[in-house]
Amino acid sequence: MHIPDGFIDGKTAATTVVLSAVGVGLALRQVRRRLPPRRVPLLGLAAAFLFAAQMVNFPVAGGTSGHLVGGVLVAALLGPSAAIVVLTTVLIVQCFLFADGGVLALGANIFNMAILGAAGGYGIYRLVCAGLPGMRGRVAAIAFSAWCSTVLGSISCAGQLAWSGTVAWPAGFTAMATVHILIGIGEGLISALAFLAIQRMRPDLVNESSGPGQPGVWGEFARYGLLAALGVAVFVVPFACPWPDGLESVAAKLGFEHKATEPVLAAPASGYRVPGVHWAAGATAMAGAAGVVVVFVLALVLARSLVPEPEAHGRSNKP
Amino acid sequence: MIDHWVGHHHSRLESPMFRLPAALKLGAALVIIVGTVVARPWWVGWFVGAALLLAVTVVLSRIPPLFLLKRLAWLSPLVLSVALVNAVQPAARGSWVVVAVKSTICLLTVTVVANTTPFSKILRVLRRIRVPDLLITTIALMHRYLFVLAEEAERMRRARASRTFTRRRRARWQTLSTVVGQLFVRASERAERIYDAMCARGWK
Repeated sequence: MHIPDGFIDGKTAATTVVLSAVGVGLALRQVRRRLPPRRVPLLGLAAAFLFAAQMVNFPVAGGTSGHLVGGVLVAALLGPSAAIVVLTTVLIVQCFLFADGGVLALGANIFNMAILGAAGGYGIYRLVCAGLPGMRGRVAAIAFSAWCSTVLGSISCAGQLAWSGTVAWPAGFTAMATVHILIGIGEGLISALAFLAIQRMRPDLVNESSGPGQPGVWGEFARYGLLAALGVAVFVVPFACPWPDGLESVAAKLGFEHKATEPVLAAPASGYRVPGVHWAAGATAMAGAAGVVVVFVLALVLARSLVPEPEAHGRSNKP
Repeated sequence: MIDHWVGHHHSRLESPMFRLPAALKLGAALVIIVGTVVARPWWVGWFVGAALLLAVTVVLSRIPPLFLLKRLAWLSPLVLSVALVNAVQPAARGSWVVVAVKSTICLLTVTVVANTTPFSKILRVLRRIRVPDLLITTIALMHRYLFVLAEEAERMRRARASRTFTRRRRARWQTLSTVVGQLFVRASERAERIYDAMCARGWK
């Protein structure tokens, strides 16, 4: 998912750089204020850990292999702000040192993997945690949110490529989403299993800064959620809007309809504004929703099979 | 061994490129990259100029060409998939050829600079342009322990490969994730030791 330079154009790069700079700035401020000094070196070490962990390949269907991105895993262990800082660091070092992911595409990569992936995934994690107490709930939440963050990141990436005019939205979206729905299963599985392994070895690490019941985490998350939503509104919504005239109305509202003469967004128009498009978009949305439900159920089953019995207090908390 | 697969082993090469100030190299690289990204497909002069400049710097930097070619090969699946998708459904403008040219120029630029500039100098430039301290500390720590942890991961991988013979899926996933978990535990224990060492040396 690391976008190299040259795949996105100037305006997309500029937009994503601004969004990411705001997000990383907020995260740095939050970390400086709330992280105890004792844990500052952990940020650098967690970044090095992610880099090393990304070298551990796991098998994906058909003989190919994928690797961990680890945004949600780090967010669940260290909290969303620290996770943004850690992932940003990983992306910067990968970009400068190994030329993995572009320099101008850094904004897009940070947005997709740190802000949308880690912080957005963390929001989903906390939401599921709130509904399902206990260790079982947390394991299911990690598996599910790691899958969501992978898929969300890939969809946003497809949106950025489409907005840049590199890959048309329908084809890019289909390709990216299909691949990452599969990769996301691996990501979810390994995140949940690794989380459980860490919990067995050092339970104190798991419960220190991000355990459920930590005060103020929602406020912390809300800003990143807002940023992520803003980005999705810019990159994805114009393309994924099921109404054929959605794009035009958005363009009119934002006052750049005159730009429509330039073939920026409406390239495959002849191909995809066929009468059946309402139904097709609706079907895609329905299939997507069904897929999310299936993955959620799988995450629950996974958690049930991994965590032997719910802790006594976890059960009694449930009304 | 680790250096070999992370592909970052030419930063100590003595060459005229190596001796240039880091700020100059980074600035020039940024200009080339920004220019290339915003360039219109028909600005052929820009692409040719950038390519010529790059060719000269590659020769001056004494980076083995084979290494650069190997690095470029990583791009090919991405460019290929863009070409493939565009064959099904042509995009608004530009083509995969433009994408290939642009990404090749940018990737070569970054690779040449990264392999002729010590990382500590890059960090010094970042500090001078006021990148927040916390981010720089984190980047410096990551860079320092990157190779340590990567080697640790490799040792654990080898140990696992020599002891677990099972072909059962479930066991394979379990051992893989235990490796990842163990790696995190070791990283955070190392972080605790580093913090103690930093305090002992008067870190505020």
